[in-house]
Amino acid sequence: MADEMKDMVLEYVIDEYVDEDDDEEVGYDTPLISSGIVDSFSMVSLKVFLEKKYKISLPDNEATPEAFDTVNSICELVKKFQG
Amino acid sequence: MSNIGSYEERRKDFSWDIAKEVLDWKEGETLNIGAMCSDRICERGHGDKKALIWQGFGGQKRTYTFNDIRVLSNGYARFLQEQGIEPGDRVCIFMDKIPGLYISFLGILKAGAVAQPLFSAFGDESLEVRLESAGTKMILTTQKHVKKVRKIQDRLPSLEKIVVIEGSPDKLKEGEIFFDVDASPRVEQFDVYKSGPETPSVLHYTSGTTGQPKGAQHVHSSVWGQALTTSWVLDLKEDDVYWCTADPGWVTGTSYGIIGPWSLGATQCVLDSGFTSAAWYQFIQDNKVTVWYSAPTAIRSLMRDGDELVKKFDLSSLRHLASVGEPLNAEAVIWSEKVFGLPFHDTFWQTETGAMMITNYPGMKIKPGSMGKPFPGIEAGILDLNTHQPVQEPGTVGLIAFRPGWPSMFRTYLNKPEIYRSKFVGAKPDAQPEDLRNDESLWYVSGDRASFDKDGYYWFVGRDDDVINTGGHLVGPFEIQSALVEHEAVAEAAAIGKPDEVNMEVVKAFVTLNPGYEPSDDLELNIMNFIRKRLSPLAMPQEIEYTKKLPKTRSGKILRRYLKALEWGQEVGDLSTLEDD
Repeated sequence: MADEMKDMVLEYVIDEYVDEDDDEEVGYDTPLISSGIVDSFSMVSLKVFLEKKYKISLPDNEATPEAFDTVNSICELVKKFQG
Repeated sequence: MSNIGSYEERRKDFSWDIAKEVLDWKEGETLNIGAMCSDRICERGHGDKKALIWQGFGGQKRTYTFNDIRVLSNGYARFLQEQGIEPGDRVCIFMDKIPGLYISFLGILKAGAVAQPLFSAFGDESLEVRLESAGTKMILTTQKHVKKVRKIQDRLPSLEKIVVIEGSPDKLKEGEIFFDVDASPRVEQFDVYKSGPETPSVLHYTSGTTGQPKGAQHVHSSVWGQALTTSWVLDLKEDDVYWCTADPGWVTGTSYGIIGPWSLGATQCVLDSGFTSAAWYQFIQDNKVTVWYSAPTAIRSLMRDGDELVKKFDLSSLRHLASVGEPLNAEAVIWSEKVFGLPFHDTFWQTETGAMMITNYPGMKIKPGSMGKPFPGIEAGILDLNTHQPVQEPGTVGLIAFRPGWPSMFRTYLNKPEIYRSKFVGAKPDAQPEDLRNDESLWYVSGDRASFDKDGYYWFVGRDDDVINTGGHLVGPFEIQSALVEHEAVAEAAAIGKPDEVNMEVVKAFVTLNPGYEPSDDLELNIMNFIRKRLSPLAMPQEIEYTKKLPKTRSGKILRRYLKALEWGQEVGDLSTLEDD
């Protein structure tokens, strides 16, 4: 289940934020925000994706650039709010 | 003692020449913002003073003195000349808040070209519209953002040069140029372009209700307004460490994140990483920030994270706080007094005004929730919504307007003089921009509504149009709607601002779908991302409502005000023009 979530989030990040002609490899621990792959302003759409996909509500004070910086940390956050 | 001293005394005997006294500027000196913010500070013996303390993601730090800024901006200016950039050419700066942004901005001005900063989160369509409108000749960008330029460059015949200033040179595509000013020889001497008061300097794009964004053209003499307001409103002094949190892709980031503070020789800090309350407090503590100019969206986010977090940091260096971008609610002012021991001073102005117009001043009583009073030298008024005559009665809501003629006023909308003319009440149909901006019998109308009270304080009410103010950034509904209908599933669309606790407004879209498409969460997300990539994350609807039909007038125009009134729980008003079912 956890791995399924990681794969789904990773796939979404690659589909939506990584350009086709980009040759950088993105994995579960690749920095997303701090490397510039995901613009900090674009975190909002990633948050909406997680909320809709996993039927959760992520409070803004938890959805920080740090919490969104890797697929692993994102999944940790989602799990925390899945109850 | 504050720099302004007594507000009332300053209003009595005001002249914009005071700005020249504050800068100790003598007639005959070159009026070039690029040189005034670097060379001139060094000539006055402050070359070794810190100009920029920069911090990026992962704790990267760089510090630049005014002498560094001088020689590096010379390096950019010389590079631009070598690349064939001539005075008046538009050079776009499209990057995050990295040091190269601030330094190249001065270099562009030193070369006599026009700096066109654009918000780095803009998508390719937003970028294309603005570069095409400006006929931009060169774009300075980074490896991170050049991909968006590549997507549109074939459709931009004026764009002759794409320059990447940060990243890896071996990742460039054919025709692109890599320029690393730090790796280039330091340029000690550069013959700065002899600009005059009316020489174009900065071009900022701003959104309206209809049509595409418009380029508000500013000139080098704007520095008088920016320097004096920085001195009197932000109260910057010799030893201050100043932090303006705005991005120079927007006007606050250039007027008060570059020109105002550096023309006065102030040390400023820049934090180029995503927002977290703890990171911001840490930044203030680490750099001993004394004067902080931020925005209501950020302040409300800090409030939300609570008082306890504030206590974990030593923020005792702070001595003056100010805010801009959207109205600052009374609760935020009261909260900041409680936790920082200092109130945020709200300031009102806009891209077109170039500098602060109605503000709260150090030493003047603050009425929480008020915009404050007009800056000395600014004649402000509230015009009746129907007659456009100045209202005399306190508490009457009308249009905020200003008598033209202040130095930092925009000189025109690039290639759109008729829209410029439409901003002036009483303008003759054939009046030209230079007539309008010097005619003190006219009123320049800002597009916002407010009232004033019996003490002369102004109180913001809201926009007079459909422009969406999200987190202090204006987003035009027309742009969003145009992009929405480019999505294969969308037949018709309307975009409005919906209330938001932190951002004041966020974008909400109403859409009808083409045959063969059904409403779903996946489609909603797909449409959101489509807009994010085309326009920007700010323009991305945070909610999409599927509807069978949009309300329209009998002539077929979508009634956004009807949708907005329903969303805000307001009276819908006169619906006599609504299309029958």
